[in-house]
Amino acid sequence: MNKSADAVVIGGGSIGCAIAYNLAKLGFKDVVVLEKGYICRGSTGRCAAGIRQQWGTEMNCLLSRLSIRHFEVMNEMLEYNGDVEFKQNGYLMVTYSEDEAEMLKNNLVLHKKLGIPVQFLTVEDVREIVPALNTERVIASTICMEDGQANPFKVTDAYMQAAKASGVQFHTYTEVTGLKMKDNRITTVVTDRGEISTPNVVNAAGPYAKFISRMIGHDLPVEPERHQIVVTEPLEPFFQPLVMNFHHSTYCQQVANGSVLTGYGDPKESKGVNYSCSWKFLKELADKVLDQFPVMRNANIIRHWAGHYGISPDGQPVLGKVPGVEGYFLAQGCGKGFMLSPAIGELVAQCVAGKETTIPIDILSVERFEKGELIVEPAVV
Amino acid sequence: MSDKTIICRCEDLTIEEIRAWIDAGYGSFEEIKRMSRIGMGACQGRTCRQHLLRELAWASGQSPADLELPTFRPPIKQISFGAIKGVKEDE
Repeated sequence: MNKSADAVVIGGGSIGCAIAYNLAKLGFKDVVVLEKGYICRGSTGRCAAGIRQQWGTEMNCLLSRLSIRHFEVMNEMLEYNGDVEFKQNGYLMVTYSEDEAEMLKNNLVLHKKLGIPVQFLTVEDVREIVPALNTERVIASTICMEDGQANPFKVTDAYMQAAKASGVQFHTYTEVTGLKMKDNRITTVVTDRGEISTPNVVNAAGPYAKFISRMIGHDLPVEPERHQIVVTEPLEPFFQPLVMNFHHSTYCQQVANGSVLTGYGDPKESKGVNYSCSWKFLKELADKVLDQFPVMRNANIIRHWAGHYGISPDGQPVLGKVPGVEGYFLAQGCGKGFMLSPAIGELVAQCVAGKETTIPIDILSVERFEKGELIVEPAVV
Repeated sequence: MSDKTIICRCEDLTIEEIRAWIDAGYGSFEEIKRMSRIGMGACQGRTCRQHLLRELAWASGQSPADLELPTFRPPIKQISFGAIKGVKEDE
């Protein structure tokens, strides 16, 4: 393993790989990615693969808009010898309550300002777009046809291959066990396979990010929240957009091979890394799914797994420098890591390089939690 | 067994395709699964698991017993949303 590097990225998920690629592109010679399992083992490989721009804060909208632009040209941009399977099937947001309907309407004003093509739908429109959906209790709905899905494994692989072609080194099954500092500067990453001296460390460790920060006594308020998802056997194609239901807090989409992926997280559950699957979740999910899609009564579930959202106090990403620790950078997507990975990869790499960022990201600094300058995202499921 | 023999019937993957992933440097079951979808279909790897393990063992010179297996997850057998909710087939 390398004894030294210009930059070390901790985490081999979509964000870590995207940052490594961008660092190499910006001229960093020795970039090393450390992953404690295999590539995509963490949150990226467990996510529901949705990509949307319909957020309630300007920052989330800007980050996702930039990401969509990258997803649209990703195969060519990364000269990928494969397909990241990006499909713009749309995201349909559905609510059963007046309050959430109000939120969707408010968000529309923001989307219009930012040029994100979101439409407000009547219940008749919804029925036409997804005839299988039970619209009995639907009060309001919006759709953005630029939103969609991509294959998280392929996106991460595409970034990894492009990074490798630029000389980035990947070390899998290598766990970071410590970070060393001198005079408030990062100097060394300690792993179970040796030490790497480096002036720059990027924490892209997803649900483990707070544990990495703790190694230098930094308090990162991003808590792992378990989400569980099931996938069904492949079914005949019967709906296009990802359906996000605010009442049930569920996401549900039919992916390329016909399987339906659906799940949710319980915000009341105690926070922590927990990969176990619960029967309670399945019972509740069956109710939630059959209320929305009565036609799925006989659809068979073939697999059930768990992953995590990194929950920040305001539901927005935590990106960039950490005050008081030179050379230490954060890259937490906070529940939208996969979908924002193209933007986060670009912006955090620019930050490490000391360059001006494509979008100003100062307000996403971890400092905001200490200063109490939270920017709360209302449209989270 | 010919190179065109299908070893993952759910995802229609041949032995040739799997060997190509191994040759491309994807050295573990988990990585090949994520790239090729082997074992991700309706049967969840009941047939292909042994075949892929054997291929990986040959390629790496290890014993299949020493290789990392993907996680076995619920449900053990397919189950419908209706069955979980307790809805009868004809309801």
